[in-house]
Amino acid sequence: MEFDLPLIWFGIIIFATLMYIVMDGFDLGIGILFPFIHDEDDRDVMVNTVAPVWDGNETWLVLGGASLLGAFPLAYAIVLEALTIPLLIMLLALIFRGVAFEFRFKSSAETKPFWDKAFMFGSIIATFAQGVVLGAFISGVSVDGQRFSGSSFDWLSPFSLFCGFGLMLAYALLGATWLVKKCTGTLKTTMQQLAKVLAICLLMTIGIVSLWTPFVQPNIALRWFSLPNLFYFAPVPLLVLLCTKALIRALNTEDDYRPFLLTLALIFLGFSGLGISIWPHIIPPTISLWQAAAPESSLGFMLIGALMIIPLILAYTFWSYYVFRGKVTKDAGYH
Amino acid sequence: MFDFDATVLARIQFAFTVSFHIIFPAITIGLATYLAVLEGLWLKTNNQIYQQLYQFWVKIFAINFGMGVVSGIVMAYQFGTHWSGFSAFAGSVTGPLLTYEVLTAFFLEAGFLGVMLFGQNKVGKKLHFFATCMVATGTVISTFWILASNSWMHTPQGFEIIDNRVVPIDWWQIVFNPSFPYRLTHMTVAAFLSSAFFVGASAAWQLLKGNDTPAIRKMLSMAMWMALIVAPLQAVIGDFHGLNTLEYQPVKIAAMEGHWRNEGNEPTPLILFAMPDMDKQTNHFSLEIPGLASLILKHDITKQVPALTEFPAEDWPNVPLVFWSFRVMVGLGVLMILAGVWSLYLRRKQTLYSNRLFLRLVLLLGPAGLIATLAGWFTTELGRQPWVIQGLMRTQDAVSSHSVTHLSLSLMMFVICYFGIFGVGYRYMMRLISKGPVSQGIEHHG
Repeated sequence: MEFDLPLIWFGIIIFATLMYIVMDGFDLGIGILFPFIHDEDDRDVMVNTVAPVWDGNETWLVLGGASLLGAFPLAYAIVLEALTIPLLIMLLALIFRGVAFEFRFKSSAETKPFWDKAFMFGSIIATFAQGVVLGAFISGVSVDGQRFSGSSFDWLSPFSLFCGFGLMLAYALLGATWLVKKCTGTLKTTMQQLAKVLAICLLMTIGIVSLWTPFVQPNIALRWFSLPNLFYFAPVPLLVLLCTKALIRALNTEDDYRPFLLTLALIFLGFSGLGISIWPHIIPPTISLWQAAAPESSLGFMLIGALMIIPLILAYTFWSYYVFRGKVTKDAGYH
Repeated sequence: MFDFDATVLARIQFAFTVSFHIIFPAITIGLATYLAVLEGLWLKTNNQIYQQLYQFWVKIFAINFGMGVVSGIVMAYQFGTHWSGFSAFAGSVTGPLLTYEVLTAFFLEAGFLGVMLFGQNKVGKKLHFFATCMVATGTVISTFWILASNSWMHTPQGFEIIDNRVVPIDWWQIVFNPSFPYRLTHMTVAAFLSSAFFVGASAAWQLLKGNDTPAIRKMLSMAMWMALIVAPLQAVIGDFHGLNTLEYQPVKIAAMEGHWRNEGNEPTPLILFAMPDMDKQTNHFSLEIPGLASLILKHDITKQVPALTEFPAEDWPNVPLVFWSFRVMVGLGVLMILAGVWSLYLRRKQTLYSNRLFLRLVLLLGPAGLIATLAGWFTTELGRQPWVIQGLMRTQDAVSSHSVTHLSLSLMMFVICYFGIFGVGYRYMMRLISKGPVSQGIEHHG
């Protein structure tokens, strides 16, 4: 076989993760933004902008998990065992916010505030836990032979907690610019103002994480700060700066689409920086993606399906977004 | 009683979360197809009754689907968090199957669900019907892959073991492993049957309350036709599944039958009731029909069924649990068959909608399909123990190395959250069902 199957699958998993971060990111962001919006009608509008699509968005998380199990069983086993606690917290939080989509509209006036809170805290906690998972993953996982050799709380570090906050900012910014695109009136203006603050906070966070990461893992410092790598990678931080600047400028206009698209670009850049840092490990800092890969027969079998079906999924997902295009207003009457 | 070790706790947690989860897909599979049929009939006949029923059931479907999705994501991650040994050993087989399930089923369901629930005014009628059909198709495809994966754990083939890892050799053999056809049909039919009784009980409830409308009559009628045809069919499929299990997992059959030892040439009796005792290797208070197990399982009254004592005791499952969960399943199955037959009789006497005793029975059997489904899963999964993959990997080698404290805490969290959340979801569903279908006007989802 001339194709490097593990590498292709690494690419597909990165793609699925990125799709997840971007898509579930903006709908988790809606929940993170709940504390800033108190009007019940506005909250209904916010939830209605994502109600038809959140389910598909979250499916990318399942694809990430399933294809990691199929393509890199060893990484799935070791990384998930190491990160059990934050993952369980994330799963439970996702349950609360997931059912809240339906329950908010089925509940009586007395219980609705409870499901509002479930949606808000569910989104916040799930996001924070995902950020912690990401941070702990970058920091590395102790492995002895083929098994996880650390303790249940290895994931807990100032760095991983900071990544939790960072991801909350990123999702909130995605949510805010999504709402700029989907809403009108005061809700839109509020989101434009909020997005500017969030963008600046996120820029600072990206800066801090970038400076902090090399100290967490010496290999990462070597990767970034050795020549000639430094020249190749220098555009990443530069592009981040330019992106943020363009984003803030766009938020000062009435433009609907540009803020969201620029936020996507910003997230993409941040994510690629992360990729540069951990490459080529699937269990940092020791096990490479080739060492953890499933047998070729598994990778090949999965690849046929992935190559045929993922384009189809993208097509009907796009169609679904197209059906629900345009602004959402109070009298949309979904529920 | 708190002498649980880590493996037992991890098993309880898995059993608990998967049992909660399976209820939702079981209903979703049946309801999605039911909704597609209703919408198709409405498009074809333009009869408002079908539209009313669609509008009514789609709301209940939506709650149920949401709960299914969120409890399902837990499953996709629990293989790694709690069963890392299993994932590292056999992920090369179960992972690709799960990936195919996500690609061909989960995305299909989720992608078209939005249009199905919220798109009635956004797309044409035919396109909306198409979306409903895609969601229904997704649920069935999902059953296909997850049962392929599960069946492989019972009757593994098509692989080699290299460096203490499963290496797939032949995917056709892996997917279409010996127990797969039986398991797939048994589970799909179980989902249809569960939904039929769920729908039928909802109708019976309304009729008992005196809410007698054409739509509610139609609901009961469709459900009872389904029960009449599908419940006996399920018994036949179950019989074939049993024969397959006898061939590949004889210890499980011996446990299901509570059959400890063969004496002389005596044919194997069918034990109706007993208290199996694993220490003494015998049954207490046993009530049996001579030779009947030979007849059912061997289709020959003279042949013996393999007994537990013919296998090493360390390969036995927990006999009382398997024995009793099997009987719960069969008992409920018999009741469902009877209800179906009775409905036919009442239909001919034209008292199907007014016989209160019958309606009460149907109401009582509302959860019967679901309980039978759970009992069936308990039988087959507990019956495979102590193996996680039959003959290949023992459950104790599959578990992650978490501490007992850690596992107790996470189990407690799951129990509290699941009972809380899904209890509320159940209440909302019941509230919707108690209102019954609305007879006039077009209503939006929600």
